[in-house]
Amino acid sequence: MRALTWHGKHDVRVDTVDDPEILNPRDAIIKITSTAICGSDLHLYDGYIPTMQAGDILGHEFMGEVVEVGGKSTLKKGQRVVVPFTISCGSCYHCGKHQYSACDNGLPADNQDIAQTLYGQPMAGLFGYSHMTGGYSGGQAEYVRVPFSDVGPIVIPDGIEDEKVLFLSDILPTGWMAAENAEIEPGDTVAVWGCGPVGLFAVQSAFLMGAERVIAIDHFPRRLELARQFGAETINFEESATYEALMEMTGGIGPDACIDAVGLEAHGLFVDNVIDQIKASTFLGTDRPHSIRQAILACRKGGRVSMPAVYGGFVDKFPLGAFMQKGLTLKTGQTHVQHYLPGLLNAIMEEKIDTTFLISHTLPLENAPDGYRIFHDKQNEATKVVLKPGFDRVELDI
Amino acid sequence: MAETIDPARADDAPLSTSKHGSAAAATAAREYGSPTDGDPDELIGRTVTINRPRAELYAFWRDFTNLPSFMDNVERIELRDARRSHWTVKAPGGSHVEWTAVVTEEREGEYIAWTSEEGADVPNSGSIAFKDAQGGRGTIVTATILYDPPAGIIGKVIAKMFQREPAIQARRDLRRFKQLMETGEVATGARNRRLLEEGKN
Repeated sequence: MRALTWHGKHDVRVDTVDDPEILNPRDAIIKITSTAICGSDLHLYDGYIPTMQAGDILGHEFMGEVVEVGGKSTLKKGQRVVVPFTISCGSCYHCGKHQYSACDNGLPADNQDIAQTLYGQPMAGLFGYSHMTGGYSGGQAEYVRVPFSDVGPIVIPDGIEDEKVLFLSDILPTGWMAAENAEIEPGDTVAVWGCGPVGLFAVQSAFLMGAERVIAIDHFPRRLELARQFGAETINFEESATYEALMEMTGGIGPDACIDAVGLEAHGLFVDNVIDQIKASTFLGTDRPHSIRQAILACRKGGRVSMPAVYGGFVDKFPLGAFMQKGLTLKTGQTHVQHYLPGLLNAIMEEKIDTTFLISHTLPLENAPDGYRIFHDKQNEATKVVLKPGFDRVELDI
Repeated sequence: MAETIDPARADDAPLSTSKHGSAAAATAAREYGSPTDGDPDELIGRTVTINRPRAELYAFWRDFTNLPSFMDNVERIELRDARRSHWTVKAPGGSHVEWTAVVTEEREGEYIAWTSEEGADVPNSGSIAFKDAQGGRGTIVTATILYDPPAGIIGKVIAKMFQREPAIQARRDLRRFKQLMETGEVATGARNRRLLEEGKN
């Protein structure tokens, strides 16, 4: 089959590789019809995530048609499914509590050592996201092996196009959980750092959960415009001073809840950010956490901070004093995708949530390296790149 | 006999977490018994919580022929009689080591202790204990293994294998046991059979 494979920093290629097979009774093989490039794929593209190996197939946002099932899969051939990016068993203690991303069994035993050492306990497996998260082949390919297919994939009713439901795989539930973790109360002002897909879904979700005002922060005008379309007020951090603006816009109080949807690769030439970049490139520190620092500083006393943004390692200059003195609450975590799927599928079908607005580029899978370059280099215009297997490569003027 | 842990300074943590390795091994040997022809100075202990009933886990484990399905290094286990089993375990360079284990104590649904018989390539003893977890979380399974890496030429190879990361091997085996019991399968990140057989995860 054809698949997008990783070979190093800014080096991804579409190669012919051998097909996936059913290995365990609960497996299914999915023929991919649509797959997206995620902002967190750019962390791989930029070489920030350790334990990648040349030839690894990327992609954790995908959907398609069931073409083969193991003896204990509950799926049927021909069904259309969206697959969560987290690989969770459904039978351990954590899955029982719907903490799917904390699943005990999603990672192969040998791959659990790194997470156990780095985080204290192993986490769920992830598709196409390094060997530390299981070494599972991802879905930017023609076919993919899906473990625990009786637990993860959600069956999509006929007549709903891919574009409406594809984002159930990751960014929609991630934005929704981010807003849920912000514990929004009626009358609240919610600030959202980052108007990428997760931030924009967090904006929509925050309003649905009763926020009175949402203030969205980014520096790409196109992304701020999308946030504005959903009713958010905006701060362009290249034009205005974020902390000062937030304080003035909230009557000197600060936002009741702050959502950091930026994470590991914070943009902008702030002093602490530059120091972080130097440290990251010299392996003295692995994460660049400007946005979370700013969120903690701006957040009102006794407020809530929600962090859907992905962090992997260690940070310094974390404002622990402000966090403690103001009595803030921080909630975070990889998304418990399986928990949110039925409710969010309904919300899409009832047209309470708009998902298709995000897609700026639809390309053949064969053009996936172009897709990565566009998504990486043109973040103002490229809000989301969707890839379609089974089409010839096209020449792009980029 | 090696120095043991001073009872006056003992706490409630398992001996396997002691900062005084050989004293902990000697204390454990006094407690659990040691293999007939060895003086064990290595102690491994690992605990895992498995979301399944105690009786089911015990029954699966007590049928020793099941163990190679999740113990990666164990090639095969042949039953000699109700209490004795013969183990063939992979060693570096395509060779293997063998011993016969005899069950020295067992309490249905709770506890199995064993020790290797005389002539073992790697004298070892140990126990596997099953306790109900609190709050209906299933069963707490604790494996404790004492072993004595032997001297001699073959001993050097064996010692190398067993001393490499014996605790990690035990931890991985217990994780696979948990996966098999909770999910009915052992997780793999391999895409297909070829990659699985090449050990690529």
